[in-house]
Amino acid sequence: MTTTPTAPRRPPTRGLLDPRLLIGVGVVGALLVVSLLTGEYDVVGASDGGEMFAITRVPRTIALVLAGAAMSMCGLVMQLLTQNRFVEPTTTGTTEWAGLGLLGVMVVFPGAGIAARMGGAVLAAFIGTMVFFAFLRRVSLKSSLIVPIVGIMFGAVVGSVSTFVALQTDMLQNLGIWFAGSFTSVLRGQYEALWIVAAIVVVVFIVADRFTVAGLGEEIATNVGLNYDRVILLGTGLIAIATGVVTVVVGNLPFLGLIVPNVVSMFRGDDLRSNLPWVCLLGIAIVTLCDLIGRTIIAPFEVPVSLILGVVGAVVFIALLLRQRRHG
Amino acid sequence: MITLRDVRKSYEDEVTIGPVDLQIPTGGITALVGPNGAGKSTLLTMIGRLLGMDDGAIEIAGYDVASTASKDLARIVSILRQENHFITRLTVRQLVGFGRFPYSKGRLTQHCEDTISKAIDFLELTELEHRYLDQLSGGQRQRAYVAMVLCQETDHVLLDEPLNNLDMKHSVQMMRHLKRAATELDRTIIVVLHDINFAGRYADHICAVKDGRVVEFGTPATIMTDEVLTRVFDTEVQVIDGPNGALAVYY
Repeated sequence: MTTTPTAPRRPPTRGLLDPRLLIGVGVVGALLVVSLLTGEYDVVGASDGGEMFAITRVPRTIALVLAGAAMSMCGLVMQLLTQNRFVEPTTTGTTEWAGLGLLGVMVVFPGAGIAARMGGAVLAAFIGTMVFFAFLRRVSLKSSLIVPIVGIMFGAVVGSVSTFVALQTDMLQNLGIWFAGSFTSVLRGQYEALWIVAAIVVVVFIVADRFTVAGLGEEIATNVGLNYDRVILLGTGLIAIATGVVTVVVGNLPFLGLIVPNVVSMFRGDDLRSNLPWVCLLGIAIVTLCDLIGRTIIAPFEVPVSLILGVVGAVVFIALLLRQRRHG
Repeated sequence: MITLRDVRKSYEDEVTIGPVDLQIPTGGITALVGPNGAGKSTLLTMIGRLLGMDDGAIEIAGYDVASTASKDLARIVSILRQENHFITRLTVRQLVGFGRFPYSKGRLTQHCEDTISKAIDFLELTELEHRYLDQLSGGQRQRAYVAMVLCQETDHVLLDEPLNNLDMKHSVQMMRHLKRAATELDRTIIVVLHDINFAGRYADHICAVKDGRVVEFGTPATIMTDEVLTRVFDTEVQVIDGPNGALAVYY
């Protein structure tokens, strides 16, 4: 560019490999081992302990990893695409739409398999999220806080429709179980579809920079030659698939996508590609920790992880609001 | 060279732009000046393909803006709007790095890294490169955005009121950086300016816009006269000789 001699080599723009990441992996690994060893059944002593371990503990722990990573990543992508810190699948109605889709499939095709149920959930989540995004682009809201409020209202309306349909079709109890996200029923043979979200994480990692650029706004994104609409569509599709699959297998995991990206952003900024490993790790850590609390707090019974997450998430959400207020 | 042919745009019923026929020569700084609501920014955004036009054609270096793929245009022209609010927390270096997106799609090569460093040094942001944007002052942040569009290495750079919200010192600094970018880096810079005296001092060409049309185009010497400025701005303007050339006095 200029004739000045090139400056000495500087640290690169983004460091992907960070030794601290290894520490994070270690901590999360330890949590997962604890998760594998926690439970009422004596997997070491009992004669069929090994089999029980493979049927319940391993699937449950894998599900924690996949769901935790997927939901926190969804939150981050949504926050970039909407340029709003308070947006995530449970504050935009995406989860409620997925629930409605799931219910719809159950009502229309009572015997539908897990693939059909997921298809319904993903499709409904996609439509609902697109409607919400279209609304956000049409009206420019003065305060960023209005967005999650509108989203939560939007979700509540969709949730009421689900409740009404469930009442009419005698499925209220099923609905309650789905919405209370829980890893209790994650067993071998029922959770495998969650591996789809692992593929979503990989895709997001590959196209991460597009999402970060889209997060700079439509004008800057267009300036550097990005097809903004296509990226929004792609992002919404990926979010819908991940949310739909997690909702069907696990249920509602409130606030996870809100807490994790905000905490990571405080320490590491928002470069999606270099943050993604951190976002996934923290998501796994929080969901595993909450699940462990849920499993031990009233042992031998369990409380749904969504309950613990809701309490933790609400506290963090309010802390974020207060922090945002202080910073203007 | 940027050519506008019979460009028209109408929106919100009463606001209409055009017909505009204009040739902006290659090299140097061209300042778009005019009263509020004259359509300067709208013209600039149409040249930078952020806004479509109703009629007419715009060509940049022979490429038709409407029909050339956006990702190809991103290597020919870059545009910076005046309001850049985003919640994304990025460091200066990460932001500037996204200027390389048209070439690297995010996977920065060593050449990209060198270009990023040069753009940062050029705008004297070297010390701040690892700071987050929200930790910078308004003037520093504005420089970071300009570094990003310079890092895009396009021959044509469009800036919409880059002096907005800058104090005297930072405004002068910014205009000097732009002047250097035009001369040392051979960029053609088109900039919307509010203060006619900045245009008179730093621009090579001034394009006066009024009521959606280009009413004057010429060198500062031909535009900086009592008659032209009074007519363009609808205000009594007197041009006097200052230490560094003509000065418009209107208060």
